[in-house]
Amino acid sequence: MDVFVQLTVSGLATGMIYALAAAGFVVVYKASEVINFAQGELLLLGTYLVFFAVVQAGLPWSLGVLATVLLAVAAGLAVERLVLRPLVGEPVVSTVMATIGLSSVLRAVVNAIWGPSPRSFEPFLPGGQVVVGSAAVPTERLLSIPIALAVLAGLGLFFRHARDGIAMRAVADDQQAAMSMGISVPRVVGVAWVLAAASAAIGGIMLANVVGVSPNVAAIGLRVFPVVVLGGLDSIGGAVVGGAVIGLLEAYAGGYLGHGLSLVAPYLVLVAVLMVRPYGLFGKEIIERV
Amino acid sequence: MMLGCGVFHTRYASAMGLRPRPAERLRLGAFAAAVLAFPFVADPYWLDLANQVAIATVGAVGLNILVGYTGQISLGQGAFMAVGAYGSALLTLKAGLPWGASIPLACLAAAAAGTFFGLPSLRLKGLYLAVATLAAQEIAEWTVTHWTALTGGTEAVVAPAPRLFGRRLNDPFAFYWLGAAAAAGTALFAANLFRSRAGRAFVAIRDQDVAAGVMGVNVFRSKLAAFATSSFFVGLAGALVAYYRNIVTWERFTLETSVIYLAMVIVGGLGTIRGSFFGAALITLLPALVANAGRALQDAAPGLAARLPYAQQAVFGLVIILFLVFEPKGLSKLWCNAKDYFHVWPFAYRRGEDRAT
Repeated sequence: MDVFVQLTVSGLATGMIYALAAAGFVVVYKASEVINFAQGELLLLGTYLVFFAVVQAGLPWSLGVLATVLLAVAAGLAVERLVLRPLVGEPVVSTVMATIGLSSVLRAVVNAIWGPSPRSFEPFLPGGQVVVGSAAVPTERLLSIPIALAVLAGLGLFFRHARDGIAMRAVADDQQAAMSMGISVPRVVGVAWVLAAASAAIGGIMLANVVGVSPNVAAIGLRVFPVVVLGGLDSIGGAVVGGAVIGLLEAYAGGYLGHGLSLVAPYLVLVAVLMVRPYGLFGKEIIERV
Repeated sequence: MMLGCGVFHTRYASAMGLRPRPAERLRLGAFAAAVLAFPFVADPYWLDLANQVAIATVGAVGLNILVGYTGQISLGQGAFMAVGAYGSALLTLKAGLPWGASIPLACLAAAAAGTFFGLPSLRLKGLYLAVATLAAQEIAEWTVTHWTALTGGTEAVVAPAPRLFGRRLNDPFAFYWLGAAAAAGTALFAANLFRSRAGRAFVAIRDQDVAAGVMGVNVFRSKLAAFATSSFFVGLAGALVAYYRNIVTWERFTLETSVIYLAMVIVGGLGTIRGSFFGAALITLLPALVANAGRALQDAAPGLAARLPYAQQAVFGLVIILFLVFEPKGLSKLWCNAKDYFHVWPFAYRRGEDRAT
């Protein structure tokens, strides 16, 4: 039983980090139909930026988090402006390759600056353990769940009430119509990248606290795909549910069936979803079919 | 004059020929002569690189059939190469087949695997197909590393050295001929494929699948055929890797492999055979070039040598991005530009004409 509780909590905590990365992916995809293969590297960047700000520059953690998010946002804007804007109208494979090339560059830069081995990072989320039922659960893991949910809820509110959020939904709905209503599509796409980078930075900060600072963080980027396909590509809520499901699935598969299976289980789910319900749990049902 | 002012076909046969113009035939002849002469002048280091380029060319042309000509995205290249490599090695090792028989069988196995993972393409496009092939790649990697009874898991499989007329074919000099023949054969097949009904159907599907269907192209069958043909050559590249390196390990067939091959196709130029040659050469030689540059700059920038792998990774990514942003049609287009520039050189007219390739 206590194993089950522990697996559930750690699965949910991982799942929420997936959800943060997936939300950034969904926002970019909605606004510009760009498939961002560099989302994992944005997480990686967030992890190392917070390491830089808090450990190397010695900032207090609140300022460090702020600096991390600001730097990540700047990076996101630069990426949108320099790499993706020139590719508007190119085939899917071009934008895919552009973000893959970007991920290669980002990984190389991070590794060249901070080295390939894990760095020690003193978690600033309160440590210790919380006893749930008969199981002891690390506090920072438990805490990362409400933090992620708060960020994702904020994102949801932004889409519902903020001017840019509504503009973004309009662009996602019908780009031509949105343009003719005076919405600046480049601005919307820029905002999308800001949001993607910011949510990835927060995910990266949480990863630094929960699992530590190491280059392996980038591998999470590929986990985003099962999450977004399961949840539905254009749904933030879907990203949350998908993240939770995939996180739990990995935790249970790893805990009960052996570590190897936790790596492949999400992809088996992915194939099944693509075959049966390719628009995912909450996605719009219009997907390109042949 | 070699460089005429225009090409005026007077027969259908010449209009439909592979290399109708004298200048083209001359260039091809010069290239063939260079390829034949190369192993006698090159040192083993460059010969080894040339072999890698030859293998990469086979794989890149194969992938281009799918991505460049049929417009189907695939991140599963590594998986299909793994089928070819493990297939050929295990067929000789466990089933005792001669290496010459194991290669075509392994290619057919790769084609079968490609067709299977191509099935989602009947329903899915764009992002969804990319993700489906990504899943194929991850599942194949997992299968290879966990099906220990067959593949030896993370251990390497040692492929027996191929022999021809009593000579081992896996030293760089001997393998060069095998690799060059495979690359030439693949290119010839692909070039002819797109002059045929089946190949035209692939191109029609890339340009507009609904219109292709209306015109009587069987879209389902053509897509699967494209996956099968492409994976066949990708499997061939995998089998060549197995026999060249003698050992087959799963690290050679990861998602990174898929990405590298996609980069070759993009940098070379989507949908051109010539581009696949350029792309395979550039992307294969890039790490070596960066390493040489790093050694040359050792005194000027002492920190660079230690960070060489990152420099290689960064340059790889930058090359992809720069090509996509500044020359999306790739090296093939650059080659055409250069050719057009010198077409009636030193006169300026007819320059920059966008000739169909």
